[in-house]
Amino acid sequence: MANDAAVSALAVRAVSARRFGTRFSLRRHPWSVALAAVLAVLGTWVATGTTPVALVFLWQWTPALLWGLLTNIEISVLAMALGTLAGLVVGALSLSPVRALRVLTRWYVQFFRNAPVLVLIYFTTYVFPFELHIVRWTVPFPDWIKVVLGLALPTSAVVAEIFRGAIQSIPSAQWEAAQSLAFRRTEIFRLIVLPQCLRRMLPPWMNLYASITMSTALASLVGAHDVVDTAQIASNTVARTDFTVLVYFTLLGVFFAYCYPIARATRALERRHARH
Amino acid sequence: MPATETAASSPLVALRGVQLAFGDNAVLRGIDLDVQRGQAVSIIGPSGSGKSTILRCITGLLRPQHGEIRVGHTRVDTLRTEAELIALRKRVGFVFQQYNLFPHLTVLQNLVIAPTRVAGRDRATAERDARALLDKVRLSHKEAAYPGELSGGQQQRVAIARALAMRPELMLFDEVTSALDPETVGEVLTVIRDLVRDGLTCVLVTHEMRFAEEISDQVYFTEAGVIVEHGPAARIFGAPESERTRAFLHRALGEGPRASLAPAALPAPFPEVLPFERLRFAL
Repeated sequence: MANDAAVSALAVRAVSARRFGTRFSLRRHPWSVALAAVLAVLGTWVATGTTPVALVFLWQWTPALLWGLLTNIEISVLAMALGTLAGLVVGALSLSPVRALRVLTRWYVQFFRNAPVLVLIYFTTYVFPFELHIVRWTVPFPDWIKVVLGLALPTSAVVAEIFRGAIQSIPSAQWEAAQSLAFRRTEIFRLIVLPQCLRRMLPPWMNLYASITMSTALASLVGAHDVVDTAQIASNTVARTDFTVLVYFTLLGVFFAYCYPIARATRALERRHARH
Repeated sequence: MPATETAASSPLVALRGVQLAFGDNAVLRGIDLDVQRGQAVSIIGPSGSGKSTILRCITGLLRPQHGEIRVGHTRVDTLRTEAELIALRKRVGFVFQQYNLFPHLTVLQNLVIAPTRVAGRDRATAERDARALLDKVRLSHKEAAYPGELSGGQQQRVAIARALAMRPELMLFDEVTSALDPETVGEVLTVIRDLVRDGLTCVLVTHEMRFAEEISDQVYFTEAGVIVEHGPAARIFGAPESERTRAFLHRALGEGPRASLAPAALPAPFPEVLPFERLRFAL
């Protein structure tokens, strides 16, 4: 079986090498070649009816896993949105001329930046009730929303720091130059300082999103039906060691496939900004 | 010199007994200074003598504790509200030692943003003005570039054009060549020389003594927060009355080869600027 795969992969490579000449080499097109090899292996398995059993199970569980992944993405997007909004407010307050506000926001930032995410998720899970009673109505408070809140707390603290750092990194000479051109303070902030800040904030903000997405894997621990939870259920249901190994490799691959492009885009942005 | 004839009419800029201290550190100890319309006035003197502080007071970036500052009919020292300061700054252009261009905007956008957002001109007029100014500072080919892509001399010329885009009646130049490489000093001085010849009222704080001598109607020598001596450029540089002026000019001009005064001979006499001068900020 393994021999079949290797032979057919080689065959594909040989065919493509012949068809496209030497320019279509492994070095130039690693992804295309890998894809072709995988397709060839799968094709052989399906054609000869020799697909490994674990893979058949994985194929059956794929829709459920993707559905679980959607929950992770929802949690990460909502946590990021909430955390960013709260973080911008906290960051703005940390630049306030009022000393009490600055001290308060500094403690907020320090407290939530230095708390383990898992503890915060347990914290929000048990602090908030599982349903809310508003006058006569009972509104459920599902676990995944508590996870969103648990992740939004550290996110807001980091966003606040990113925002404060970005504002303070704009030299005071920019304010002076804009003042001497007769801009109002609000205009200086809106037209000169904020646009420069947003450019500086974007790369660390994207990094933060990638790390929040990875933290959503913790949601399964408090009963949210995410991709990790689905993988566990699948593993227990199928009850085969090779499948369990395969499903967790798949999980790693899925998270990597989601987060790696973000990291690449962040690096590209940083390089572009370094030039201007 | 046209200065002496027009001295009777009311000056565009007048400082009377201006005193300013940062904490215990007295920077200006009673400055009197007049700038007539159409004149070029240079302020020279050793580092830390308060030259840049005078310019910052004129445009209201700093407020003196004592004394009077007039720009036209405006009493700058009494301005309190942002609206009053903005009305003043629309008439006064300021060019900084460190250029301070807006790095997130292209050269053209740097020139257009203040006229459209502050002066309320329409975009087409502002862009036409901006292109004419870029032509004047010989940077038409760089309108789409970002400041980070330009040399120091080019950035400074853009900064001058940006200030001019507001059509100011008065231009203040704060050591605009001190942060530049020697070979780019000349291109900036050429631009300023053209402005002075066109009759724009200019006040320059400068370490380029030869340049100050060449273009100025009046020269003020400051030391330790007071005006030691002032007068027509030819007299200050040719026959200074004060021993302190003489000593300063000797130090500033005495060493190094002298460049010719002809515009073609620029890049100008940079050895006159002591190395530490180039690192120094504001004061």
